[in-house]
Formats: sequence, C-alpha cells, structure tokens
Amino acid sequence: MKGYSYAFLDEYTKREIRRKILKAVAIPGYQVPFASREMPIAKGWGTGGLQVTLSLIGDSDVLKVIDQGSDDSVNAINIKRLVQRTTDVKLTKDTKEATIIQTRHRIPEEDLNEDQIIVFQVPFPEPLRTVEPSEQLTRRMHAEKDYSKIWLYLYENIVQYGDITFGARYPVMVNDRYLMDPSPIPRWDIPRLHNAAFLSLFCAGREKRVYAIPPYTKVEPLEFEDYKFEVENFDGKVCAMCGSDDTFLTKSVDERGNEIWLCSDTSFCEKRRREDGL
Amino acid sequence: MGYVAVKGGEDSIKNAKKLIEIFRRENRLAVDQVMGEGSLYAPKLAELAVKQAEGDLMEASFLIRAYRSTLPRIGYSEPIDTRDMFVIRRISSTFKDIPGGQILGATRDYTQRLLEFEPSEEVEDEGEESSDASEYPPKFEKVVDVMRKDGLIADPSEKPEEPFDITRDSLQFPLPRSARLQALARGESGAMLALAYSSLRGYGSVHPTIAELRVGYVKVKIKHPYTKKEVSIGEILVTECEGILSGVGVTTLSEDVKFSIGYGLVFGQNERKAISMAILDGTTNIKEPKAPSEDQEFVFYHIDGVDAMGFVEHLKLPHYVTFQSSLDRAKKAKEVKNEGL
Repeated sequence: MKGYSYAFLDEYTKREIRRKILKAVAIPGYQVPFASREMPIAKGWGTGGLQVTLSLIGDSDVLKVIDQGSDDSVNAINIKRLVQRTTDVKLTKDTKEATIIQTRHRIPEEDLNEDQIIVFQVPFPEPLRTVEPSEQLTRRMHAEKDYSKIWLYLYENIVQYGDITFGARYPVMVNDRYLMDPSPIPRWDIPRLHNAAFLSLFCAGREKRVYAIPPYTKVEPLEFEDYKFEVENFDGKVCAMCGSDDTFLTKSVDERGNEIWLCSDTSFCEKRRREDGL
Repeated sequence: MGYVAVKGGEDSIKNAKKLIEIFRRENRLAVDQVMGEGSLYAPKLAELAVKQAEGDLMEASFLIRAYRSTLPRIGYSEPIDTRDMFVIRRISSTFKDIPGGQILGATRDYTQRLLEFEPSEEVEDEGEESSDASEYPPKFEKVVDVMRKDGLIADPSEKPEEPFDITRDSLQFPLPRSARLQALARGESGAMLALAYSSLRGYGSVHPTIAELRVGYVKVKIKHPYTKKEVSIGEILVTECEGILSGVGVTTLSEDVKFSIGYGLVFGQNERKAISMAILDGTTNIKEPKAPSEDQEFVFYHIDGVDAMGFVEHLKLPHYVTFQSSLDRAKKAKEVKNEGL
C-alpha cells in the first residue's frame, strides 16, 4: 500500500515484537510485557494478534483469519484485508493450507501441524485477574507460583453452584509452571492445546502482553480429583449442515424458526460437505 | 499572525474575546486535543483526522495514534526549558500580581456562554491602539522560581533519571514520575478531568492552587549527530500548569514543611487537561493511596482514550461462542440445583 511499510509496522517494531515472542516461547505460559503499538483497528478488536501476525508474516506465508470459527466474520475480513493490503500475502480459508492462523475465540477443528502457527487475540491475558485486580500483585503471585486464590475460587464455585463455572477462558497450567489464560476459546478447544504439534502465540494489544505455548508442551486445565474439567456438552446434537457430531456447535434457527445447531468452524463444515468421509 | 498582548480588567476580557475570534479558525482546540491524545505534534494531520472522524475526537486521536505506529523513532529531543517559552497567555491564581504581569491572551473564561445565533462579526480594526509584543519581555520569570527562592517549594521526590518511555515499554508499577507524566500527557482529556475532579471534590485530598498556567511556543532541539551541538528543529505550542499542592482550607505540606508541585504539560492549548494532569501528578504521588485517583493502577490503566474506546466498543463484535459456553454452564448449574445438591 502506497505510503506504508511492508506489513504496516516499521521494521524496528517488528524486530522488537519478534524478540518478545522468542522470550515468550522460551518461558511457556509466561506473560512477556511488550510495547504494544496503536493499530488502525481499535483496541479490543484484535490489535495484539494483528501485531504478532504482521511482525511474523513474509511473502511465502499463507494467512487465515477467523472470528468465532468463521472466516467470513466482518472483523476477520477487516483484519485479513489490512494484512493483505500491506503485504500482498496469499489468503486462504483452508486450515490445512495456512501457515499463520489468526483467531478470535476458536481453534480450527482440523489438526494443525508443526509448520503452522496459531495467533490468538487476547482480551485478558491475566488468568488471576478474576481473583486479584492489581497487576503488581498478580505478577508477584506468578513469580512465587502462588495460585492459592484461584484454587479457592474454584472451590467456592463448587460450594455455591455445584460445579466450576468457568465457561470460555478456562485457566490452564502450562509446563507445570505458569497459570495461563488461553484467551476466550471454549473449553472444547482446551484439550487441543495439550502436547500440540503447532506453536500457539497469544497477544493482548491493549494490555501489552505476549505469551506462548511451544509445540509439545504440557497444558492442563485446573480441576479437582472429584470435580473434573468438562468440555461443552451438546446432548447428542449434530450440525444441521454437515451432520457432524464431533465439532463445536452453536445454536441457530432455520428459515421456519426451528432451533438448529451449526458448526462454528464454517470452513471445516463446508469441507465436510464437499469431501464425504472427512 | 497578529499578537495582541493586553493587561488588566475589562479591556483584557474584551481583547481576549477578540483574540478568540482571530483564533477561531476551524477546530483549533479540537486539533490541539487530538495532537495531545494522539501523541503526535502534527497540526495538519490532526486537522485531517478531525475532519475524517466527523469531529469525533477520540476517533481522530485513534487515527493519529495508528499513523504514529508507522513512523520509526529516530531520536530524542533535548529537555525543553519552558522558561524560554514565547508566552501568549499566562495566569497565576496564587498571587494577584506576578513578575511580568498576568497576560490573559485568548480565553473564553470570562465570556458569557451564550449561543450566538448570528455569525460573529468580523474583527474589524477600530483604529484603537493595539499593543505591540515587543513592549513585553521575551521571557517571563516563573512564579514557582520566585517561590523556590523563598524556600517554599519542596525538592522533587525523585532524582533526575533517564526518562521512562511508555511507548517503548509497557507500564511497570510503581511507575517512575517520568512514566506517569508521559501517560498523563497522552491521556484522554475527559477521563483525566473526571479523576482529577473526583480528588478535588471529595474522594481524595489534592486541591492545588495554580502557581502558573502558561501557553506559548517552545523550541524543540536535538543534538546534531555530527557536531554534537544543539540545533532547533521547530517550535511547538504547549500548555503548562504548575499547581501548588496546597490543600484548600487545610494546608498540606511535605515533610520538610514545603509545598509540593503537581506538573502538567500538554500539546497545544488544552488548559483543562494541563490542570487535570497537574492534579493527577499530585494524587498518584501519594505514598498511601486511599482514593481512586490516588491508585496508580486505577488511574493509568484507564485514562488512555484509545485503549478504553476500543475495548468498550468491541462489545459489538459477535460473542456467540463464549456465550454458548456460559449457557452450557448455566444449564449445568440449573440441573445440579434441581437435583438438590
């Protein structure tokens, strides 16, 4: 795009972000502070993920951007367009073809491999914020691996509501060391972070933190022996389009107003319909 | 541009109004506010941003901030001494008379806030004598310097240090003063006003008296990379506020029985923000915070307009996946409850 650098950010900024990413990869689950830049999209709309994507992307990359699992969500399209206008990089909806996948609130259903990077947009990087408003204190709690407050919170959940009430954003322990906020992905996606082949990068633009899960890292959701972590239960519902019963579904209505359930990963749903037996 | 320096009473007010008319080119104060909150001194770009954003100043600041991300940081200026300012307005509320005199300059402070249904008359030269800037000294002694000579002002609580740069490092608490001042200089005028007002009004104890509020042009200098001599690279308009943290009614003093200073400096003419900044500099320096405006994290995580507007407005994005997760938990909790735990 005329008048702008390749991938929007100036090269010093990209180098700085890449260095912070390297540190994040070296300390799995640890939130690395970085000097987030203002982007031409608003804070809270994916500026963290966008900065990571822009600092990593090169001519040989193929980019996929999803929001809620959908490639056609307006914000995902807006982000894709910005990256493409400033890099001319190839875009795709096919999870298998992408080298970088920027996402909000989902991990694609299809398995990712070692050559793929998934970039999560993060609104709240601090998993302890629920129990402690002060950043000074939460950083100290991480340093001392003092997670008693969050365990107590889970216990109180059970006493009050009969089970753990975290919906999305379920806190996970990474590499037996750092408690980490996996971004607001559904619990459905949490087990897929454990020992994953791919590199996960998480970035919060407004809160100015970047963190990572390197490939093949232990990722465990918090749970008790008698109150286990549970993924969302769809009561045997299947996708009204592709018929799948093994994907994350969201409720919708058909043209006659009847309740139907649909895959949130729209490109995988299409693929299943195209390629029978997938 | 005509510069009319005036002194004293009725005439001052009349002339101040006249000056406003001269200054009332399109969106002057909006442009100044956007340069401050956008954190980029670029009047032409800020004017463009205000137009492009249809007068939404947060949106305009956001445009400027985003554009700013495309510019490499190639150097730092030398410290600016505002004693050398080319002053177009200065007032003090600590003393009736100050060395060099009060200069009202362009202000609406003393005008009646009535909507003017008729377009304002052109400022015509009535042939009256207008004073000449050359009658006035090029520099004015600062009120705080006078007070300092009298041993009334406490020394800064922190030693001079290489300034922290919040655009190159994220905030780390407790913040050094340089980081606090930088964050305040970029902060959103309305948010800062609300927090400063809260301290002033009752949730806190900082009630400053303005030693001096001055508006004017200062030279920006850098060290020449080869000759190592200072060279001027341009002028910027700034508003500076030095507030004596005196308390009102009750006098508040530092340990060495002196007054502390709250400091504000912002791009352009934005007096409300400069005063708010001086108050918040004072409140966030309090060792044992009690009120919201005294809590560093509370103040500095929430005064950035670009951060705040973006995140509040992201609620317009779809959230049906996360909401599905919540529904699932609500359903489970209901089941558990019905089973009678």
